[in-house]
Amino acid sequence: MSLLSRLPYPLRMVVPTALFCVVIAALISGLSRQRLVPSLVYSLCIGLSCWALIDGSRVLGARLMRRLRPEREEHRHDWPGWPLMLASLALCVPAGYTLGSSLADALLGHRSARLWQDGWRELSGVLLISLGASVMATWFFYSRHRLAASRTEAEQARRQAAEMQLRLLESQLEPHMLFNTLANLRVLIALDAARAQTMLDQLIAFLRATLNASRSGDAHPLRDEFARLADYLALMQVRMGARLRPRLELPPALAELPVPPLLLQPLVENAIKHGLEPHVDGGELIVSACLDGGRLLLEVRDTGAGLGQAQQTQETQQAQPGSGFGLEQVRSRLLTQYGAAASLRIEPADDGRGGTRVRLLLPLPSPSYPSHTP
Amino acid sequence: MTPHPTALIAEDEPLLAESLRQELATLWPELEIVAMAAHGEAALDAALRTLPQLLFMDIRMPGMNGLEAAQALAEDWPEGRPFPLLVFVTAYDQYALKAFEQAAQDYLLKPVQRERLAQTCERLRQALQQRAAVGMNGGGLAAPDASTLDAVSQLRRLLAAPGLPEALGLPARAAAPLRLLQVSVGQTIHMVPVDEVLYFEAADKYVRVLTAKQEYLMRASLRELLPQLDGERFWQVHRGVVVRADAIARAVRDEAGRLSLHLRERPEKLGVSRMYAHLFKGL
Repeated sequence: MSLLSRLPYPLRMVVPTALFCVVIAALISGLSRQRLVPSLVYSLCIGLSCWALIDGSRVLGARLMRRLRPEREEHRHDWPGWPLMLASLALCVPAGYTLGSSLADALLGHRSARLWQDGWRELSGVLLISLGASVMATWFFYSRHRLAASRTEAEQARRQAAEMQLRLLESQLEPHMLFNTLANLRVLIALDAARAQTMLDQLIAFLRATLNASRSGDAHPLRDEFARLADYLALMQVRMGARLRPRLELPPALAELPVPPLLLQPLVENAIKHGLEPHVDGGELIVSACLDGGRLLLEVRDTGAGLGQAQQTQETQQAQPGSGFGLEQVRSRLLTQYGAAASLRIEPADDGRGGTRVRLLLPLPSPSYPSHTP
Repeated sequence: MTPHPTALIAEDEPLLAESLRQELATLWPELEIVAMAAHGEAALDAALRTLPQLLFMDIRMPGMNGLEAAQALAEDWPEGRPFPLLVFVTAYDQYALKAFEQAAQDYLLKPVQRERLAQTCERLRQALQQRAAVGMNGGGLAAPDASTLDAVSQLRRLLAAPGLPEALGLPARAAAPLRLLQVSVGQTIHMVPVDEVLYFEAADKYVRVLTAKQEYLMRASLRELLPQLDGERFWQVHRGVVVRADAIARAVRDEAGRLSLHLRERPEKLGVSRMYAHLFKGL
């Protein structure tokens, strides 16, 4: 099979078609006690003529369908769909039979029955064999083709997943953040060794969590999620000083709920990058969890720059440079994990203190989970 | 000439600012740090107040970033004084680094290595000596202003580098230019076609939008608005002013060499800053 698929296009299909014809000829001559060589010549001529006509109509049909309905994926792989294919079989088999048998007549010096002269009845057996063989051959090529196409698709999906993972890692280990943190660490070592050690421990925990999350992606308890955010915020606080005033609010009753690892990380990064960092006075950053109508509500809000009027006139994702990937990634993780049961909303905070609020609603792990009031 | 060379450090991260000050004190004891600034606006104010000879400028800072602050300084720098020698400081920024190298602009990478800083100090010392020599050889009044013009053209080259706005977290140029502005006045939203706008002017957290007959206030910054405008039709002529090119009637140069624009449909005159004077070369 793999040897066949390496052949150039017409040979790739002519060779199995010819083999198929040889088998049919052997069967027919065995059953009807006719001589093998003429059977072989007729079988090959008829079979290859049928193939040429059917495959030609397949390619032309697919081209036609591509023009008519370009959105269908299968048309892109030279497959016009079964209805057109069956119609072409019904036409091409009699035509192929006529063509092939005339060719074999010329080769062998016989004169075999003609469709239009000798009537259908006598030839129905041969025609049925040709038709059956053609349907089977078409089915055979179709399924092989489908197999190859689905293999390509799987390959493509794998490549996309790997690319996504790399981009995720790249966005989490943002070089600017990393080098700035190291620059601060370098200074702290000389100034305050104990604080430098604490900072290094936090950096290690952050790096470990980031690498683990990008590798396994297994859910971890909300408690751990908040602990990793605390590490990250502590690192950012060394850099930003009093401009970053973080607050983490996790009710103990919710601490064990499982969440995808580092789900909130991009949202916290966005709040700092777009909300607090551009703001001269910085602001508060509040990450909180509570139950809301039987669902888990996670909220990340800042009192920073907020979404400007110019930004609101466009799609939020495009307007905030760099945040597009972070949000998109959280959205796609929610979609694969929870489907329509989870949601993400980003909006200006409406309590008069300015800034932006992102709300994540996740379904609780099982309906039997005891509902607590936060 | 002051007896000691003077420098200003603009850096928003307190630990890094302090560390740079200490390193400079060791490597270049005569250098006097006249001010430290924690954000772009503070750096601009401090630089205009203290007129330092050197400026260490962090790029990513809250509010105005380092490049914008340098640009604003080039616009407002007093005539007849030599423009400070600029050293940009940045953590990993691929695009920024490429831009600096292309513009032959001095820069330091964070974490700042002592040897690298020593090299930079040596270069700066030589550049200051050269300036002093030119000043004494009777370069006259032209020399300081030439240094400002050099800085202006270098900054212009830097700002034109592709990918730089994105690297600095500034809004990227919009795919399709804005055609309609939505300006809210009380409970009403006015739809103002961009074609009717004569010019935009930055006003604190707002942008003043001026048409032939009306004036609106839009809650946005010029920095956000600018990448959404068609750069062929709307020209920035000052860090706070963007004019529709075909609304300009004429550009007039006064005795001090300053350019101002007269508009067709409004009486105001708009000043063109040094950064954008090259747009009106033909006049």
